[in-house]
Amino acid sequence: MRHFLIAAGILSASLAAADDAPATTKPVLVVYAPDYFGSEWGPGPQIEADFEAICACDLQFSTGDVLGRLMIEGAATEADAIIGLNTDATARARATGLFVPHGQDTSDLTMPVAWQDEVFLPFNWGETAFVYDESRLPNPPASFEALLDAPESLKIVIQDPRSSGSGLALLLWVKAVYGDEAPEVWARLKPKILTVTKGWSESYGMFTAGEADMVMSYTTSPAYHLIAEEDATKKAAIFPEGHYFMVELAAQLAGSDQPELAQAFMDFILSDTFQSKIATGNWSYPARLDPARLPEGFAALPRPGKTLFYTETEAEALRAPALAEWLEVMSQ
Amino acid sequence: MADRAVALSGRFGTALGLAVAGLVLCLTLGTLAAVAWRAEAASGLGPADWAAVRFTLLQAALSATISVVLAVPVARAFARRRFRGRSVLIALLGAPFILPVIVAVLGLLAVFGRSGLLNDALRAVGLPEVSIYGLQGVLVAHVFFNLPLATRLILQGWAAIPAERFRLAASLGLGAGEVGRFLERPMLRAVLPGAWVAVFVVCLTSFAVALTLGGGPAATTVELAIYQAFRFDFDLSRAALLAAVQFALCLAAGGLAARVARPAGFGAGLDRPADRWDGASGWLKAQDVGVIALVSVFLLLPLALVLLRGVPQVGALPGSVWAAAVRSVAVALASTALCVALALPLAIAATGRGGRWIEAAGMLGLATSSLVLGTGLFLLLRPWVRPGDLALPVTVLVNAVMALPFVLRALLPALRDLQAGYGRLSASLGLQGFARLRLLTLPRLRAPLGFGAGLAAALSMGDLGVIALFADQGTETLPLQLYRLMGAYRMDDAAGAAVLLLGLSLGLFWVFDRGGRGHAGL
Repeated sequence: MRHFLIAAGILSASLAAADDAPATTKPVLVVYAPDYFGSEWGPGPQIEADFEAICACDLQFSTGDVLGRLMIEGAATEADAIIGLNTDATARARATGLFVPHGQDTSDLTMPVAWQDEVFLPFNWGETAFVYDESRLPNPPASFEALLDAPESLKIVIQDPRSSGSGLALLLWVKAVYGDEAPEVWARLKPKILTVTKGWSESYGMFTAGEADMVMSYTTSPAYHLIAEEDATKKAAIFPEGHYFMVELAAQLAGSDQPELAQAFMDFILSDTFQSKIATGNWSYPARLDPARLPEGFAALPRPGKTLFYTETEAEALRAPALAEWLEVMSQ
Repeated sequence: MADRAVALSGRFGTALGLAVAGLVLCLTLGTLAAVAWRAEAASGLGPADWAAVRFTLLQAALSATISVVLAVPVARAFARRRFRGRSVLIALLGAPFILPVIVAVLGLLAVFGRSGLLNDALRAVGLPEVSIYGLQGVLVAHVFFNLPLATRLILQGWAAIPAERFRLAASLGLGAGEVGRFLERPMLRAVLPGAWVAVFVVCLTSFAVALTLGGGPAATTVELAIYQAFRFDFDLSRAALLAAVQFALCLAAGGLAARVARPAGFGAGLDRPADRWDGASGWLKAQDVGVIALVSVFLLLPLALVLLRGVPQVGALPGSVWAAAVRSVAVALASTALCVALALPLAIAATGRGGRWIEAAGMLGLATSSLVLGTGLFLLLRPWVRPGDLALPVTVLVNAVMALPFVLRALLPALRDLQAGYGRLSASLGLQGFARLRLLTLPRLRAPLGFGAGLAAALSMGDLGVIALFADQGTETLPLQLYRLMGAYRMDDAAGAAVLLLGLSLGLFWVFDRGGRGHAGL
């Protein structure tokens, strides 16, 4: 009951605050972001506060399907900037012609892949990985090949590439390691795939509930358990064949009615203030931050020896055929 | 027949009903048209889409049939027996229907999953494990969700048989078999088709459950194909086509049910609680007790495991989750009020001329893809307002329209009985318009209205719905916060939020349902 009263108090106070706010003279910067980014438990709120402290503006994250919304709205979009696209979506985003260059120097990023794109600016990155719990799986497969050869009793849970970004990343990962052999690889992997879920959350929930031995996630996932839960049992299996590079990007819109603010936001993205919120805010590696400044849990994460990456052109060309191959094998 | 509509609803009432039907059509077919209009090129459906249509039909038909067939003995057992805690148990058994999908799936897996109780037990006695993943899993989940709905709809049918008919049957010395033949079978003929369609259409739009428990893309439904058309291919024309297929399937099922259904024609009674002399034998008693026990274990065990995991976390939930809970309750209450206000004129108009069409319009809300509805609304609203500013009002409206079919399902049989039993009396008394609504219709519909309002409130509470497409800061609902917690690795907090959501949904359902039943023995 006490919580109820507190919550009701907070709610009415915030409603009252909204009502009382005078016709604000502060300019508004609208940034489209994925749900997890803008959520209270993502990096959004902290970054918003930090930026508003220097911009004399009102930064608003508008959450949802960033690319879908942009494609529906076209040039009439109210977004001044967007954040949170992956390279598997940037080819289609670029083709809309709605963006202007970010104007940042990307020569000294702390990423395993060199970055020269003038339009899409990286703000964090990670690599795909299968995550396991060593108390339940003491001898995880030591390579992708070993995973394919593992007994059928080893069960993994993955995401559907049609509805999930990490699901699509897995398709591209398999393609990057095995190329034309991808269909055979899926056929070998299939008996070990417990099920396929709509999104990452469902998969990860099934993994932590003990239903699956391994889950398709990221090399940085164990950092959450280590830092937030002081649980060192969750590990990412590191494969010598390499891990697929996932980078999240931001861009500013040509049609923005606040071009200076949008530019200021682009300038802010690679700043230490922004970058230092990424590790424990988005559980990823910052795009430009001195590794010495990473939290302890991150520094302890094992890094893959090899990073695999498709440019957006390659990813866009592979997307549809890789999905067709996957559906062909997995639907049987 | 021609004067029926006039007698029951009056011209004003009919106009109101038609207006509501128009609103529903705007929201369903209108949003679909908006999406199709925005599409740049026309495209057709490929073989994968047709495979999705076939799987959708198969699983929905099987799920509906199994749910309804199992619901008959359950409803009969509850109709024949009176025991302490009966009404609490009936309300609790409704819980699976109102749970957010992701929570229910984790609950089901805790029982039937690889490391669930069932397989633990099988291993303990040395039996081979069973896998839930596959068509069997889709069916188990859909029966878990929809058996409660089917049971309640059928139980209403039993409650609508006047007690005098059972008394007459007893005085004629009819046993359970004859009561079944003369009373229960005609009632089932009237009620089952509607219940079947309701479950069928719910399963028609299933996506995350079917995929997760179906074990992979072989279990692709039309709704997932729509999702793919939007997210993966950005092919709005295909998305609109697939959504149209979903509507067509819904209408076909509704038409089929309307052909099969026959009014039971029991006439009016004196509303005495029914004594069931036909169920007195020890064998029937054992049978009923067994059925109730089995269904309780099946429906309540997964819920108990969800509670067990989440209850310790509830106290530690952050303030924003409680704020979202308050917001969700407000949205649920508003959309319940709206839903009932829409359902009543629609149901009254549906008992009149052209009623089947009005009824069908009301059912369309169920067959709507929330992605198409949300996108369509977004497209329609955008020229006039910032869609984000209307996030909560739009959620209220959409939740009301989505719950409309259930309230309609609950109201219509009762309303048809009302017309058959009291239509002539009230016509001879000149009772019409608001006087008739106040003195006859509302008091007689109290129980189904309460049940319908409870369902509407609980569904609105648990539905992620369009808010995910519209959400702005400060408009988050409890289901959205739950998904966001999961998306940020916070599975324990999410489990706590799930318990909060379950408690609030059930609480709302209980308050309305209980208020509607009053003294009656349903």
